[in-house]
Amino acid sequence: MGSSSSSLNNVPDGQQLMQETGFSAAHLLRLYERFKFLDKDNRGHLRSEDFEAVPELSENPIGDRIVGAFFLPGQETVDFSSFVRVLAHFRPTEKNRTRAGAQPEPANSRNRKLKFAFRLYDRDRDGKISRTELLQVLREMLGMQVTEEQLQSIADRAIQEADLDKDDAISFDEFRKSLEKVNIDHKMSIRFLE
Amino acid sequence: MSRCGNLRLWILGLVLLLCFIQSEERRLKSDHHEHNEGHSNMSASTGVPIVSFKWHHVEPPYLIALWVLVSFLGKLVIEANHHVTTYIPESALLICLGFLLGGMIWGADKVQTFKLTPTVFFFYLLPQIILDSGYAMPNKLFFTNMGGILIHAIIGTCWNAATLGLSLWGCHKGGAMGDIDIGLLQYLLFGSLLAAVDPVAVIAVFEQVHVNEVLFIMVFGESLLNDGVTVVLFNVFDAFVSLGGGAIDAKEIVKGIISFFVVAFGGSLVGFVFGLLISLLTRCTKNIQIIEPGFIFVLGYLAYLTAEMLSLSAILSVMFCGMCCQKYINSNMDERSVQTVRSALKVFANGSETIIFVFLGISAIDKSIWVWNTGFILLTLFFILVYRFIGVFVLTWMMNRFRLVPISLVDQVIMGYGGLRGAVAYGLAVLLDETRIKEKNLMISTTLIVVYFTVIFQGITMKPLVQWLKVKRAALVELSLIEKVQNKVFDHALIAIEDISGQIGHNYMRDKNFEEKWMSWFLLKSSARKKQDRLFNVFHELNLQDAMEYVTEGERRGSLDFIRNENAFVDFKKKFDEDFAEAMPDIMADMGVLSFFIMNARVLNVNKEGDPVPSVSLEMHEQNLRGLRQAEEINAHHLLEQHLYKGRKQHRHKFSRSHFSINQDENEVQEIFQRTMRSRLESFKSGKMAGIENPAFMPDVDPSSPMHIPPWLADAELEVSPVAPSQRAQVRLPWMPGHLHRLSSLRTSPRSGDSVQEGDEQLPPSGSRQTF
Repeated sequence: MGSSSSSLNNVPDGQQLMQETGFSAAHLLRLYERFKFLDKDNRGHLRSEDFEAVPELSENPIGDRIVGAFFLPGQETVDFSSFVRVLAHFRPTEKNRTRAGAQPEPANSRNRKLKFAFRLYDRDRDGKISRTELLQVLREMLGMQVTEEQLQSIADRAIQEADLDKDDAISFDEFRKSLEKVNIDHKMSIRFLE
Repeated sequence: MSRCGNLRLWILGLVLLLCFIQSEERRLKSDHHEHNEGHSNMSASTGVPIVSFKWHHVEPPYLIALWVLVSFLGKLVIEANHHVTTYIPESALLICLGFLLGGMIWGADKVQTFKLTPTVFFFYLLPQIILDSGYAMPNKLFFTNMGGILIHAIIGTCWNAATLGLSLWGCHKGGAMGDIDIGLLQYLLFGSLLAAVDPVAVIAVFEQVHVNEVLFIMVFGESLLNDGVTVVLFNVFDAFVSLGGGAIDAKEIVKGIISFFVVAFGGSLVGFVFGLLISLLTRCTKNIQIIEPGFIFVLGYLAYLTAEMLSLSAILSVMFCGMCCQKYINSNMDERSVQTVRSALKVFANGSETIIFVFLGISAIDKSIWVWNTGFILLTLFFILVYRFIGVFVLTWMMNRFRLVPISLVDQVIMGYGGLRGAVAYGLAVLLDETRIKEKNLMISTTLIVVYFTVIFQGITMKPLVQWLKVKRAALVELSLIEKVQNKVFDHALIAIEDISGQIGHNYMRDKNFEEKWMSWFLLKSSARKKQDRLFNVFHELNLQDAMEYVTEGERRGSLDFIRNENAFVDFKKKFDEDFAEAMPDIMADMGVLSFFIMNARVLNVNKEGDPVPSVSLEMHEQNLRGLRQAEEINAHHLLEQHLYKGRKQHRHKFSRSHFSINQDENEVQEIFQRTMRSRLESFKSGKMAGIENPAFMPDVDPSSPMHIPPWLADAELEVSPVAPSQRAQVRLPWMPGHLHRLSSLRTSPRSGDSVQEGDEQLPPSGSRQTF
């Protein structure tokens, strides 16, 4: 509390991040506190070990995948702006926001959220979810009782249902189409504390 | 259908028997008085009776049992006709059955001898319904929506009571009701007894409609919590009516408001205390497992009565008792006892509900209570509906500004329409004092009409309304596979993001450390706590696989000795600590994944080959399974639904009167944790060491090569051999306490790879506790 604007100066690129992500100053401050808490060796950036120190993540079937999403391809560290940018995807969508056409799409728009979800599957970033990638996700999400053959059949079925151009992979458009009935805003938003 | 025909005849027969018995009884009573004096003489002259008809001897319990039987038979007949129950809810049909029975009795007796009396209702029929609701309540869902539920329960009920009372009074003044003797205070009293949404009716109607869980919990939670308000309002206005209009001043009103807080919080506190008591008791009931389910019934009932005795809210008390103890007694008690409790609670609750509705019907057939005043009745009905909708819309509009997920308009309509009144209102109406309230019969009649209207009419129209408005139903929509998987991915992703960003999700009391450190320590048995200790469980899961592989390997090597050799079984209790031995039987019961796998295989096995497989040798299972996999028909959707990990917030969100789902989160968490650790270990090792393939980590790969000895067991394997892995090897673990330390070092350190090599690094136990 107190004068948040002055403490916002401690946050690197604070003002710019606020504009870009839509987080309020209070939110940003709290996230910065959290960032510093995770960054136990005080390096100014996070590595995957810092994420792994969050105990509940090891109980999450896709915990490591989510952690992977924070890291830009080829990078081994996450700085604060990347941290915030990824988290910005999870802000609730603002309904009546009108924006000028020139402004970039906000991180928490439905499209961007879907893109984030897509990238969770498509780790090699080739724009398609191949059968192998789908199998990997399914393996992580399903209990141990499920055998390899069963997994294969589930993956087959899933691709069959979603794949419209019959290329045996799911592109982003096909992905989005198959999820058009899902309330993405509801399913992929959390309320950030201040 | 002939069987049902027979049943109907049975019921008719029973009821006629009842009427006959009643009239006989009346006649016998009068005879008895006459012959009282000559009685002893009579018995002396007739000699020793061989058989005598001792009706009076058994009358009270016999009648009760007969009525219970009749109600249950009625339910049987009703449920047999599925084509009727899809349109008309069972509760409505039960009321109609009650009309029928009441009519028969009336016809025989000219007087309604059987009624739903408030004592019977409030003391013997209602508590178990609420106890069952509390015990089966999805706590997480409830507390997440607690704010909304409270607002509706408190403000909504007060609004209903006030507006109904005032509007009726206004209409009275306007002359719409003719000449009746009711004052403003009595109108308010009447309003307060009709204001509350009834939990029994809500369950009965919503059970068959399957709306989405948030909507259901809002209406249902409200119906339970508003008892606190109802009790207060009823007592306060009752006191006001006795005092008369003049004695009411600000002091009394303030006392009324204070009494609300006392009643509500007091009731909850009583329930909470009893819940703790039950949890504590189940800690020590290891030696009386046969009757340990009995405790919850007795203590739950005592919670109800204690709150009633202290004039606090009894419904709140018993509800919180159930909600508070569910987690602990489910962990502490033996699995069979837990099943017993669940089943028995459902029997009692369902049975009570049936009896309540039948008697609600019967009570109507009574000329003495009926007073018809068209204006009063119709206006009441009208106002109840209108004010309910207004209240719901206004309150939800206010709440939606603070909710992450606003409640849609369609859901609000259903919430409004789901404001059903039921037996509680009737019970309170009968409790009115007729000396002070001249028009008691009018009120009772109106209450009955309102109850019938809501249960029958609104019950029948609820399903079509839900379908017409396309209310989001409870997951009955057939989603595509991608959608299903993706929904789960979203759930897990949200949880992960919340954990990374250090959020506390929604309003649920997530002070995990407090709950885990103090409450669990206090209330869970030490062995149940050990089960909770995930370190321990992961360890034994991993070891289970090693044991399996060991046995398989041994068999393959041709040494079948230990399969047959029962005598070689080591008494684990003697060999190891008391501590671990105490936990052992629980582990064996708690096989989770593996036993499920094996059990399934065995069942499939029998079907395929026709003769049961006598040995439990794992190798044979493996072979048969391979054959089965090819022959199996795989239903992908079914598999997905069954096996997707549920994630932390999703457990037990299904609440239903007639069936219950088993919570599998413990095993799930261990599996996930195990897998994550393994993959981290793998990725780290592949970076650090030259690729050591360790197929022991892949459970679904055939354990064919004997080379896969997990590193931490490598040097311990020699110690394992004296333990005879007999055919019980798959259930008894050849592990040593020393292994625990080894794994603890692996688990929490981020540099897990390093500790494999060091092997002896010990983390402080407090550290490992806290992080979980």
